[in-house]
Formats: sequence, C-alpha cells, structure tokens
Amino acid sequence: MANELIGKDFTPPDLHGKVTGRARYAEDFRADGMLFCRLLTSPVPHGRVRDIDASEALAMPGVVAILTADEVPEIPAPGNPILTNDPCYVGEPILAVAAVDETTAQDAIEKIKLDLEPLPFTVDPLESLHPDGPNARSDGNTIRPREGVEELKWTVEDFAAAAEGQLPMGEPMVEWSYGDVEAGFADAALILDESFVTAGTSHHSMEPRSAMAYWQGGKCFVFGSSQSQSFVTPGLANYIGIPPEDLVFVAEYCGGGFGSKGGAYPVMSIPAHMAKKTGRPVMMRISRAEENFIGSARAGFQGRIKMGFREDGRLTAVDLYIVQGNGPNSGFGDFNSAAGAVSLVYTPPAMRFRAIPILTNTPACGAQRGPGQNQIATAVEPLIDKAARQLGIDQVEIRKINAPTNDSLYGSRRSSITSAHLREALDKGAEQFDWAAKRARSGRRNGSKVIGVGVGSAFHSAGSSGFDGLVRIAPDGKLHIHTGVGNLGTYSYAGTSRVAAEVLKCRWENCELVRGDSSRALPWNLGQFGSNTSFTMTRTNYVAAMDALQKLKEIAARDLGGRPDDYDVGNETVFARANPSLRLTYAAAARRAIQLGGKYSGEEAPEDIHNMTKAAVRAIAGTGLVGVARDNLGRPGTVPALATGFVQIELDLETGKVEILDYVGVADCGTVLHPQSLATQIKGGAVMGFGMACLERHVYDTQFGLPGTVGFYQTKPPSYLDVPLEMDWGAVDIADPDNPVGAKGIGEPVMGCAAAALLCAISDALGGHYFNRTPVVPDMILNAASGRTQSHRPLQVNTQ
Amino acid sequence: MTDVRPGAVGLPGAAVHLRPDPYDPFDAALMMLEGRQNVSRREFIKGVIASGVAVSGAAYFAGCTGPAPAPLGGGVERLISLNVNGQVRRVDVLPGETLAMTLRYKLGLTGTKLGCDRGECGACTVLIDDVAQYSCSILTHRVRGLEVTTVEGLESPSGELHPVQQAFIDELGPQCGFCTPGQVMSAVALLKANPNPTREEARAAMAGNLCRCGAYDHYLNGIMRAAREA
Repeated sequence: MANELIGKDFTPPDLHGKVTGRARYAEDFRADGMLFCRLLTSPVPHGRVRDIDASEALAMPGVVAILTADEVPEIPAPGNPILTNDPCYVGEPILAVAAVDETTAQDAIEKIKLDLEPLPFTVDPLESLHPDGPNARSDGNTIRPREGVEELKWTVEDFAAAAEGQLPMGEPMVEWSYGDVEAGFADAALILDESFVTAGTSHHSMEPRSAMAYWQGGKCFVFGSSQSQSFVTPGLANYIGIPPEDLVFVAEYCGGGFGSKGGAYPVMSIPAHMAKKTGRPVMMRISRAEENFIGSARAGFQGRIKMGFREDGRLTAVDLYIVQGNGPNSGFGDFNSAAGAVSLVYTPPAMRFRAIPILTNTPACGAQRGPGQNQIATAVEPLIDKAARQLGIDQVEIRKINAPTNDSLYGSRRSSITSAHLREALDKGAEQFDWAAKRARSGRRNGSKVIGVGVGSAFHSAGSSGFDGLVRIAPDGKLHIHTGVGNLGTYSYAGTSRVAAEVLKCRWENCELVRGDSSRALPWNLGQFGSNTSFTMTRTNYVAAMDALQKLKEIAARDLGGRPDDYDVGNETVFARANPSLRLTYAAAARRAIQLGGKYSGEEAPEDIHNMTKAAVRAIAGTGLVGVARDNLGRPGTVPALATGFVQIELDLETGKVEILDYVGVADCGTVLHPQSLATQIKGGAVMGFGMACLERHVYDTQFGLPGTVGFYQTKPPSYLDVPLEMDWGAVDIADPDNPVGAKGIGEPVMGCAAAALLCAISDALGGHYFNRTPVVPDMILNAASGRTQSHRPLQVNTQ
Repeated sequence: MTDVRPGAVGLPGAAVHLRPDPYDPFDAALMMLEGRQNVSRREFIKGVIASGVAVSGAAYFAGCTGPAPAPLGGGVERLISLNVNGQVRRVDVLPGETLAMTLRYKLGLTGTKLGCDRGECGACTVLIDDVAQYSCSILTHRVRGLEVTTVEGLESPSGELHPVQQAFIDELGPQCGFCTPGQVMSAVALLKANPNPTREEARAAMAGNLCRCGAYDHYLNGIMRAAREA
C-alpha cells in the first residue's frame, strides 16, 4: 500500500492554537465565582504534624476554607499522598487554603500555626544504608516489591569491603542474572570496574501543574495538566473519591510532562476536594518553586559496573549494581529499566544485576524521559569509550559490535524483541556526521580550546497493545477519529490518528480529531508516556478503521449486491471493484448505518472493549457509521526504540566551558510517521540530554535537608545558547514487523543518546578521562584538565 | 552549595509575594534598589506605587523599557486605562499587581503564560512599546500610557497570522506549546528591531526564552523563515 499520509508532514490541528495563544492549558480556564487555593507545604524534610491552628486564618476576610489531610482520601504509604500530616520532603503539601483571591489565600497560609515535630531525615542513600544511618520514613528506608516499606541496613563489613572510591555492595533488594558471568570475566582481555554517581533531576515542565475544578449536576469537572487523557481518568476519579463516569476530565493541552504527568497524580484532586467543600469552583495555581517539589524527579544512582571485553571489543560479561535514591515514596523502577537497557544496547552474553532503592527525603520520584535507561547511558557509554581507547578500537565500531539485532534478547527474562536496527543507525549517523573526518580532528587545540567528539546510544521499550480504537463516519461524510491518548506535545496523537484516515483513504482535511475532554466519547487508550504512542495508537486506530472499512463494505454489498469482499474504498466512497459506478459515498453509507442500527451505528459494541470505550460508543450510537475494536493484533516481544547521537565540542581548558558545535541524532523508530515531529523529538530530546549531561541536578543540604536547587537559575535547563546553532537528524526508517504501519516510538532514547554522546565528547577532549559522575560541570572539567583532585568524594551525592 | 536559605523553605512557591531573600539575585536587586535590607517585596511594591520611588524604579528597568514610564504621581489610582493590543481597556488594578496577572486574570488574555513568575523563563513575554518584556516582572501600573502587545494582538483583523506565527507553524516550532507565546513575542520584537538577523543574532535575542521541550532549532528555523518571507 503506497501511503498517502503516513511518512508525510502535515499541520497538526492543535498547532494554530499554540502560536495564537488560543490553546487553553489548565490555568487558562475560568468559572464564575472561582476561588483560589494555595498550599501550605512542609518546611522540613521529614516531620509529623502535631497540631494545626487555622483560627486566625479562617477569621480573615475573604478566606473561605482550609482543607487538611484528614479530609481527603488517604493514599496508603508509600504512595504519593494528596495532602499529608507526615511530610517526607521539603515542599510536600500539608494543607490548602481557599480564598476569594490568591493574595488573600497566601496571606492566610502565613497566619496558620503549624506545630510540626521534626524527624530524622536523609538525603544520601549510602548514609541511610549504614547500620546506624537515618531512615527517610519512620517505618523504614527501602521498599520490597509488592510488600512495602521496610528497613534494610548493610553491615560495617559490607562498607569496609569496598575499596576507596568503590561502591559497597551489601544485600540487594533485586537480583537476577543470566549466562555464565564468572566465565565471561575469565575470558575477558580487558576488565573495567567503575563506580559512578548520576544526580537526580527535576522534570521542570514549563507548565506548573495547576488545576481547576468544580462540581455540576453530580459530576466533577477537572481541568488539569496531563500528558494523558483516558488513562488518567480512573486514577484521578479515585483520588477524588468518585466513580470514573462521574468525572469530566479536560486535558486538551499539556505544557510538558516528561513522565511527570503521565498518570493520575494526587495533587490534581485538591481543587476538586476544595470545590466540594466550598461549593464553588476552585483554581489551584502552582508556582515554579512548588512545581520543583511536587512536580516529580528523576531518581539518582550510586552505582558500580564491571564489564569484560574481548580484544575485538565484544563484551563478555557485565556485573551491575545500582543503589537508587528513590525519594520518600514508591518512586519508579529506574534501576530495573537501567539493567534492561544494558542487556539490550550492549547484548552482553552474561550479566548479573543487583539493586536496592533507598528512600530519601527529597521530592517524590517518578518516571522522567528514559527513566533508568538514560541515567545508565550516561554512566556506561563513556566507559565503552574507555574500553575502545584501551583496546585501540573506534568508538562507533565498538558500539556496532555489541549492538542488538532482531534476534537479540531483552532483560532478565530474555524475552524476544520486535526489531532492532542500532547498527544501521550508527552507520547512518557516522556518515551524516562525517565521523571519520571529525574524529581525526579530535584533540586539536585552538588556544585554550580543544576539540572532542563523542557518540552515544540509548534505548527504551516503545510500544504496548490491547487498547481500543474508535472512529465514526458522520452523515456529512467526515471521518471523526476519537483519540483518548492525550496531548503531551509530541503531535503523535495526530500522527497516529492519520492511520485511520490512511486505511479508509480519507483526505486529512475531511478528518476531525475528537479529543481533549472525557465527555467527548473517548476510547480507552494508554497514556502519552513510555515512548509508546506511535506503536500503540497506530494499532488502535488501525483496528478501528479496519472495522469501519468492513462495515462500509457490508453496507455496500447489502444495498448494491454482491459480497463485501467485492468492494473497495477510495475518494471517500465504497465501490464495487468490478464496476466502480456501483458506489456509495461515505456520507450515504453513514446514513445507511444509522438506518440499519446495530453494530453499524454503535447500537451494539464488541464485548472485548473496555467499559470506557463502551460508554463512548453508547454516547455516539446512532450518529453515524461506528468503527470500534480492541487491538488484538499479536505482539511477540518488547518493542525497542533505539537512538544514537553524535557530538562535536570545543572544550575550554581554562574555563571548563563546553560549547557543542555539532549534533546529529539518528532514530530507529520503525517507519517514520511524521518526519517533522520526529525531527523535533530527536533534536528536543538531545537538548534535554545536554542538560542532563552538564547542567541539571538536585542538590540537598546534608545538614538540614534543605533544597539548594529550586529555581531554573539554580538547575538550569539548556537555553538557546547551550545548544548547537544548528542540529541535524536522521532515521533508519525500517518498518517494525509487528506494527500494521511499521511504527515504533522514540521519545526517550533520543535524550539519553545525546547526553551520553556529549559526555563521551568531553572525555575525548580530555584525553579519555572518565568522570564517574553526571552531570559534568565546569569545575570538574578544570580539575580533570589540571590533574587536581575533584572537590567531591567519589560516591558523594548532592555535589554542585 | 548554591542556595540554602530559610526564605526558600518557609515559603516554597509563594509566587504572589515572596519574602525578600538576600541570596536571590532578583530579590537582591529589589533590595539594593530600595536601599534597605528588611523590606518585603510587597512593602517595596507599595513604596513604589505610593511615592516617588518610582523614579528609582525607572532606573531598575532602565535599559529594557525604552522610554521612561509615565510617573504615577500622588496616591494609588486603581481604575486605570491600559493600551493593550491597540484597544484602550479600563481595568481595576491592585498596586502590587504584575502585568501578567492583569492580562491573564483581568483582561482574559490567557495566551500570556506564567512559567516561573519570576523572570527566569520568558513564557510571559509581551511587547511594551515594541520591546520584549517579561510581564511577570513588571507592575501593571508601570505600563500606563505605553502600548502593550500580547500574542492575541498579532493577527490581522481578518485573522491572518503574523509571519512569525505562520513560520512557527510551517517549521513545527512548538512542541508542548506552553513557552510558544513568549517565543513568538520575542521573535516579533527581534524582527521589529532587526528584520534580517543572522541565525546567531536570532539565537542571542531569543536566549531569554526557555523551552523545556528543546525546540530551539525549530523556533530558529521559524524566525529565519519569517525574516525571509516577511
């Protein structure tokens, strides 16, 4: 099938609103009589609320109500609470105050007398693992999967067993292995064994997670900042304490999430609770500083990796240990994803993995773009270069020799994968970047500046299945594509919807995307996270469109004679192949579908679709020809998104400043759906990766547990001046066999590969120095360049 | 350790009015201006509004506002006229109110976004007499008599987009779109001052607008296209 739409650029329907200011984000909604609420947040890293005296605040003119943790559903620990009397990090919401205006609400906050008992805290996982170290929660310092919080301490001997600068490796919480690891190391010509630190980082979405809510006609309306749409509804309804069908969730635009707004999150329910209590609409405007605390964070690692290499660069074995700074709550399994990434990106024949998440009194962690995969890329990729240097192998070649192919296996379960073309991506990138010529200039000096080059690779699993698709051909012939995936800002909600138009051979101008509001009859879809949309949503839209196609053919056969298989579609008509004059326009077919009823117009729906989709079908029943189906297409394995990046830098040995001169990113994301948006993902992901590599980190004061990095200016995302003047991109563009249009996701590895490539380039410029730490900041570069000891201890966290 | 201070902790996120923090450059600038170390930002703002301190306030904004703003004179008048997007709007403005809040909450112009509310990100950028300004960091009372242009004021009456807006569509500039209105306004200001910038000049002019999605390359492509096609 020659594609008319797939692989072509188009103007996504939400773009006009973004450049004109008409796009409405959560804080742009208004309601008559709207109150404003402000949060009183914890000033201490760990404490217990003994008493709240709000009498003075409540007596203030304009103050309407306060809402405490006792009035909202309790989320079982270690889940993230809505409000809490047991704050576990600075900035954690304790209560909310509603007033007629925001200033009054904030004034009222300052009048509240909070009696807070300070408790022991920790901002360093290794400190908490010490036999007498503090615990981040009163009931423990780690989480056992499926069981909950418990205390686990390492012994003095565990700590003593580690050499200076090496990660001690006591009892882990997670352990797996495959292959013969010892034999692998015995066969190795070169063994590297390095300990490392990757700093936690804030998500820093540009839009703070403001929300507005009101109650009307027994339903709760929430206007929130969310990456996802349908997927969020059950969880958010649960936080509010209502059945999902009583929630109207509006999330038309999202000002960035990067994982932090992927699923339902508890603070979004605060205005709903406050609105219920006051009987008025409530706007909760979240500030930048608050977003830094409640807006989630990437977990930091203290890790150690031992890698064995043959003389030709092929890995023989890997032994990986990760201590994860988990935040105080459930956090996210970054450590597991990191190990999975190592197993696939370098395909070691034997691997052992151990890890333990340790609770810390820092912002609650969650998935951040490539959670785990990207941290480990920054730690391992420069080590791959170190091996290449010692073995005398080109950096691209050593990656190619270890790169996965379609037959490679993933993770501890050694599960199969759908497709992997990292080698092709490396080849394409090397050619586009002119690697050979640029590598020849590596180390060239210009005054105090020196040239460095680097290449990096990264992975994320990128696709799911089992969700529903829903389309409707209206009596005017328009194709309505209902998408419940959300709108993260990648335009993949639109790119994947085009598959339905492609199947039905419909002009894109004749399509309407129905989305953004749960009352608009949206199907059950996965959210916009985990690089999954391109794979998952092309499938749902494909199966729904195929259902509509079959119904079109059946209606034509019924009215015009013959069998359904005698018919085809084109030009928004269904026609007999043998006699194209026997035809029905889509508009006529839609009207016939309404007359016929039953499955044709959505009066009947398939049994296997989700209840949310069934409700959506009921809502549009009788209004056109309805195509609806669950994605029951097979999925034989993990769907790998793979990416590689090439960087050339100029590093100033006198200032430590790094200027990125060139960047090329190449994606293995299967068939390219929308070239322009793929370009923005590859380049934008790289920008975020540059921040991870050299700029951003959490810093917590170890004495008082207070945050040192709250504003943008303290942990700055890259600006225009921190990235190359021009960036380039490419794609392998080889179809994945397990997707109807060959697509896979890509959003996450395009960040990790760039972060890794930049760190490799810095190491290259410094003659192969391995920093054991991310981010690499200018004073570290200066220390390394002049042979001085670094100002931090080897496994120290919270460094500048 | 860069910034550990009680002020940051006791009031995380007090966007409405913050206790002054001597370690914070923004607050420090205000305090230096006022010549006092124990004044709250609100008190400072009250002082600006109610007295001749507005003169020194002009010094603080000098170099970015162009012509000096009209002196406020006398007491605080709350019902004022603003020239926004070519229209005179009567609006009730509190003494300490920022332009971003007036635009968003009094005039319904929600295209102007608040990303940080403290002059770090640029999402709230508007034009004041054709110069790009952070509307989160300007008191509404200071723009009386000046022309304010927001993203809503760029389209022609017939709905034709400004060349920058059209170019951002053609080059797929925005990703999540939250910083976009600010990016658009900075780009418009740049092209007003320099209709044919080099890519490097454009980059420098745009450096005050952060984009967490990292869409810089596409925004720059858009600016260069707009300059070509305008």
